[in-house]
Amino acid sequence: MAADQAATLVEAGADHGGSGLNIHPMDQFVIQPLFSDGPVGMFTVTNATLWMALAVLCTVLLLVVGSRGRAVVPGRAQSVAELSYGFIYKMVEDVSGKEGVKYFPYIMTLFMFIVLANMLALLPMSFAPTSHIAVTAVLALFVFLGVTILGFVKHGVGFLGLFWVSSAPLVLRPILAIIELISYFVRPVSHSIRLAGNIMAGHAVLKVFAGFAGALGIFAFVPVLAITAIYALELLVAFIQAYVFTILTCVYLKDALHPSH
Amino acid sequence: MATDTTQSVLGEGEATASGMPQLDFSTFPNQIFWLLLALVSIYFVLTRLALPRISGVLAERQGTITNDIAAAEELKLKAGEAEKSYDKALADARAEANRIAEENRAEMQGELDAAMKRADAEISAQQQESEARIAEIRDSAMANVEQVAKETARALVEALGGNPEAANIDAKVETRVKGQAS
Repeated sequence: MAADQAATLVEAGADHGGSGLNIHPMDQFVIQPLFSDGPVGMFTVTNATLWMALAVLCTVLLLVVGSRGRAVVPGRAQSVAELSYGFIYKMVEDVSGKEGVKYFPYIMTLFMFIVLANMLALLPMSFAPTSHIAVTAVLALFVFLGVTILGFVKHGVGFLGLFWVSSAPLVLRPILAIIELISYFVRPVSHSIRLAGNIMAGHAVLKVFAGFAGALGIFAFVPVLAITAIYALELLVAFIQAYVFTILTCVYLKDALHPSH
Repeated sequence: MATDTTQSVLGEGEATASGMPQLDFSTFPNQIFWLLLALVSIYFVLTRLALPRISGVLAERQGTITNDIAAAEELKLKAGEAEKSYDKALADARAEANRIAEENRAEMQGELDAAMKRADAEISAQQQESEARIAEIRDSAMANVEQVAKETARALVEALGGNPEAANIDAKVETRVKGQAS
């Protein structure tokens, strides 16, 4: 939706021709090699590599270095580390149930990566790995395949009971089964596009407004104020999308652990 | 939808093959490789270091809190006992003080009684002595009065020209004085 707006705004700018509006909101998402000009191969170190590595580094700084004091009365960093631990642990326990706690490290991994990649991407001149569908699709497929395999391993054919709504009238059940099946396979799509779309749209809008500021001269304060407001919103979005991704993972995990309706 | 418009705008005269870098499939293997590497490293850091440590800290804190509460409970109990024994000591001391005061009072009462008795005895002895002396003084005064009366009577009789018989006058005066006195 926001991406739509961005696109139309860009279009408007393009219509003006050479009036000074020269906005390229999508350039920030281009993946470039860091140390060479050649094509991007599988193992090329790119800006995506850098910002994912920074996310890993921040995870280590927060959760490992932050908690190294093991203080009974925690300091600031340790408090944040404990808070994130408690936040995700409680989420897994509440949504997926007691058996879901076994998979807490995987979910914590997902959350820490997404939330830190999102937050770091809000630094100026940075790159947002989570705005790329390739990244979010892998994350979503990891969850989708994980919970599907887990469901079959735990319940065998009984896992298909997830699609057989036993509380509905018998006539409706086959139809519901088809709907359930489709919705089940749409899960990874919505799961991944929700995250990538939100992050990409926010960054594109910021860039478009920044372009306006360059073109407006003395009235630049208007888009600058707008950017400030949108930036605050994007901070919220960065956290909420990580939260949403994680809680949906917990919901899918619950379905795998307790497939019966 | 967004893809189409963006592509149409940016596609013109742009070096980028696709308007959306997200759809540049040539970068996919690269991103996926680095993503998996990042996830695996986070996973190992979490499971080997971070999560055990944090859960340990949380458990330890819980334990400390539980212990502290138990210790506080124990101390409270001890304080209660101490208060009870203090109260008991206080009551004992009070009873002892009462006892001592009572004893002292009794002792003093005894001494006082004895002193009073002694004083009473002294007083009565002195009184007796005084009475004896008063009686003596009265007797001697009486005798003097008799003597004076006799002599006066004799002198009067002589002055009136009688020839007084000393013994007679004396006896008469004596009866008159005694009669008056009684």
